[in-house]
Amino acid sequence: MDATAVRPHAETLRTLPGDDVRQIMWRFADRLDLQMLVQSARAVARGPVARLVANGARSTHEWTEQKALLLKEFDAAGITGAPLEPADGGYIEGPKNLALALIAFELAWVDAGAATGSLAGCLALAPIHERGTAEQRQRYTRLCAPPEPGEDRKPWRGAFCLTEPLPYVGVETSLLGGRVRVVEWEAGKEPFLEVDKRGRFITNMGFANFVTAAVDSDDPRIKGTCMVVLEETDPGTFDRGTPTRKLVHQLSSTCDPVFRMRVPADRIIGGYTVKDGIIIPRYSHGEIIEAVFRRTRVTVGLMTSAKLLSAVEPVIRYQRDRFRGSSAVSAGSPRYELGLQQKPDALHRLLDVWATGEASASLGFTAARLFDELEPVEKEKDRILAGQGIHGGSAAFKALRKVQKDALEYLELRRKPVGRRESQRFEKLENDPLVKYLLLDSLASVYCPACKLWNTGHGANMMREAVSLMGGYGITEDCPGFLGYKWMDAQLEATYEGPEAVQRRQLSVTMINEVFLAQFRGWVAEMREIAATRPGTGACSLATAMQMWLWTVQHLQVAKDADGAALYQTNRQGVTFALADALCWLLSARSFILDVMELEQAGPQNPVVAEGLAGTVQFLSDLCHVQTARSAGEAGRICAELVYGYNRHPAWDEEGYKGCYHMDELMALESIIPGLASMATDVIESDGSHPAKAGPCAKCEGLEPFIRLRTKLDGCLTGSQLAKDRAAEALTKVMIPAALDYPA
Amino acid sequence: MNIPYQIVVCGGVVPDPLQTLEPIATANGPALKNELLLPHVLDPWSAHALYEAAHLARRSAGSKVWLVSVAPKTKLQQVMMTIGQRVPLELVAIEGPASGFTDAADVAAALAAGIEGIAGLDQSRLLLFGGWESASRAAGATMQMVGERLGIIDQFQGVDELSVADDGALRILERIEGGQHQVSVCSGPPVLLGWATGNLPEPPNHPQIGMQNMRAIMPALQKARTAQISGGARFESVTLPKQQRATRIVKDKPVEEIAREIVTWVTAE
Ligand SMILES: Cc1cc2nc3c(=O)[nH]c(=O)nc-3n(C[C@H](O)[C@H](O)[C@H](O)COP(=O)(O)OP(=O)(O)OC[C@H]3O[C@@H](n4cnc5c(N)ncnc54)[C@H](O)[C@@H]3O)c2cc1C
Repeated sequence: MDATAVRPHAETLRTLPGDDVRQIMWRFADRLDLQMLVQSARAVARGPVARLVANGARSTHEWTEQKALLLKEFDAAGITGAPLEPADGGYIEGPKNLALALIAFELAWVDAGAATGSLAGCLALAPIHERGTAEQRQRYTRLCAPPEPGEDRKPWRGAFCLTEPLPYVGVETSLLGGRVRVVEWEAGKEPFLEVDKRGRFITNMGFANFVTAAVDSDDPRIKGTCMVVLEETDPGTFDRGTPTRKLVHQLSSTCDPVFRMRVPADRIIGGYTVKDGIIIPRYSHGEIIEAVFRRTRVTVGLMTSAKLLSAVEPVIRYQRDRFRGSSAVSAGSPRYELGLQQKPDALHRLLDVWATGEASASLGFTAARLFDELEPVEKEKDRILAGQGIHGGSAAFKALRKVQKDALEYLELRRKPVGRRESQRFEKLENDPLVKYLLLDSLASVYCPACKLWNTGHGANMMREAVSLMGGYGITEDCPGFLGYKWMDAQLEATYEGPEAVQRRQLSVTMINEVFLAQFRGWVAEMREIAATRPGTGACSLATAMQMWLWTVQHLQVAKDADGAALYQTNRQGVTFALADALCWLLSARSFILDVMELEQAGPQNPVVAEGLAGTVQFLSDLCHVQTARSAGEAGRICAELVYGYNRHPAWDEEGYKGCYHMDELMALESIIPGLASMATDVIESDGSHPAKAGPCAKCEGLEPFIRLRTKLDGCLTGSQLAKDRAAEALTKVMIPAALDYPA
Repeated sequence: MNIPYQIVVCGGVVPDPLQTLEPIATANGPALKNELLLPHVLDPWSAHALYEAAHLARRSAGSKVWLVSVAPKTKLQQVMMTIGQRVPLELVAIEGPASGFTDAADVAAALAAGIEGIAGLDQSRLLLFGGWESASRAAGATMQMVGERLGIIDQFQGVDELSVADDGALRILERIEGGQHQVSVCSGPPVLLGWATGNLPEPPNHPQIGMQNMRAIMPALQKARTAQISGGARFESVTLPKQQRATRIVKDKPVEEIAREIVTWVTAE
């Protein structure tokens, strides 16, 4: 590695990164609407939300009057209106994924239950927004719109009801117990349906005015599954159920409701057609859920990122103040000034927390922006396919498969230097909306589960680290920054909207999509290029780890295990899930590096950022290096386990002996090749005894490229710990505010 | 009688008070360490003035609020992201240091020039608002000089309340010592009010107000003129007030007990 990675730098981080830095890194420096949203969401989080938590509102899972007041705060702050179109009472033009991501981030900085409450309303509306008919969209978005300035109206709140009591819907969303049947159908009129649904763990249920519920047909006159809208005033039972006795996210309302209601068939989300006397819903519940979760899961991922980053300031303050006030520690002494920061381990562990927070935030916001970019392209794709008479389903899938070749060709052309590619063809493909759709969709389909999985899963582990840095204080209600609560809350983020298994399952399919892999290959070169000018980011080690991951994916798709069974297959989760985990480490580290590059490039244009830029970039680059080293290490470990782990280890048996020297034979050879005997490890003695170990050492035939990559990867870690030491030094110098800006 | 007021509020920005504020010496005189990097807020005194202005404007149909500010543009933009969502206003931005280590006379001149540049300003409807002091300089000098430059002689400082009588007369409560107020009645604009805390709440946030405001705020920031703040003042020395920040987390303590504890602490010093 380049020596610049280890040279000491004079500039260091002056203050914790502020809004101006974040706006550049997360790419909303030109979005005033989002900057305002961040401020207003933050004011709610660090004001009323923090006060509620500090006053003990989390000690009950009941939906209380105090908690309910938050809904009004959300309305005023623009949180409720953010997902709506301006025509429907919203105020943000265009796609809103980044907006929702920022809201979740700001609220979860203090309390993720508040974030979940706001998100759940959006989740309830999402099926209608994504797949509803025009009338449905109009009715419910208008009802949910927060009051205009000066208007006094109570907006409707919704709940999204998919999960059911055991043994039904959980991770396996196909196990639907909810039922729908026709109860009245006068000729030529709208049929009436009876909906029978029980929910489990349904957010917002304590006060929701309507519910979007997933149900299956219990009637030969209805085909398949669908989602329906239930309103609290519909005839029948609308029982909110008992509050869930949850240990986390107590600022949101969660219940196990029971519904048995009669509704007109036009409540089927997306509408229906009637064919041969059978109601055919336009969308199955699965299709709707997919469209909804694709987006909302990104937001959840960012909740955990916020927690990790929010831990930095309170931990630094705790560390520095740890010994102040003791008569044995005089003011001005190193122990007084630095406190626990005199100890490298305290600093290094905080850096690990911080680096994880940065990488996960970068990954999450990248994903959110991807969905913003994808949205108009997806609409265009739908329009083009509709023009060809194709309306979703397998016909669309087939049509797009044909475009895949073009997408791959485009990527191939893009890799070539401008002068050496067929420019007309390149331009044609570049401007082809279907090609563009496939490229973006393949990325979004990986980034969404990756950020939900890694941010929350690994994030929850790192929250434990953060808590431990505060000592006993960490697991008390008084811990500044509420770190103990946040640790526990992170586990819910890893669970709801599809636990880790669901994300891994999705990744195991989407990450081997050729269009994704082709783009990923391009990123290896991209990281090397970055490394050429910015060796201190660790981009080179990341590139090697990415190469190794690619090699492993390809290898495992053809390799067999010791019993001749295929390795990369759906029900071999030991292989596919682990590879998915490895990929997440790489994607998050890459996003982080790209965000720091962006800061370095765009920073000088903003006078505030420019002021401390050199130090901030130096510190964040060091943090990148720490994170890439960790990511490369994790990916390397996972790949090695998979590449070697499914081969059977040779034993001291007939088969194993074949690869060993026998002592007599070795002695004979020694006379021809002197010194050979001293190099041979697996030698069978004349009396048949053998060295005391598991068996003859495993042979690695065909794995040489992997071995080379692995050795190279280890070497690539050079300098990473120096970067960590430098970043640790910065932690001891950075100026932090005099007090936390929310109560504890 | 409804008077459509023209309310001009002068307000600077200051570092968020929770930040670490450490005076340092620079080639250009004293400054705060990392000042530009610290998050800023609208100076709390002028914020009160602005909120009072917003309430009055809402009550008096046809009124309009301007905010005139001398500050680094980037900081002002950041502050507008919050303030801009609460109060419908027009911004007059003047690029210049927001620091308390500048000469109040220079700042007052820049503010007065900014106000004079507002097209269609009508003295007979003009209410000039500001803080009676600022959280950065705390000298209470700037607004008086702005008033003098604009020829506004009816000036009130430490204002906590303004009410408008049926005949349009302004009834003003100014703080005097002992928790008391001096009541003055003034027949009408033009008038200068240096606000203490006022007594009306922060207006509610509304994103639509923000979106509306931003359309004019961004161009205003872009065309901000740079003020000539000469730095005429020379500072002999700068120190933080001797203070001790002792934070304790206490819950459910009766007010009387808190008061008693503070008295014990103060008298023990
Ligand atoms: C506070 C809270 C709020 C919630 N809000 C809502 C809401 O508003 N609306 C709603 O519909 N739901 C909601 N949920 C439900 C939540 O989405 C589910 O709990 C979650 O999807 C997991 O389902 P489950 O609990 O049945 O777990 P299970 O399905 O039993 O899964 C448990 C574990 O089993 C393993 N597993 C299961 N299936 C597989 C597989 N195929 N492959 C590998 N491993 C597998 C995994 O380890 C998994 O983590 C909420 C839950 C909570 C706790």
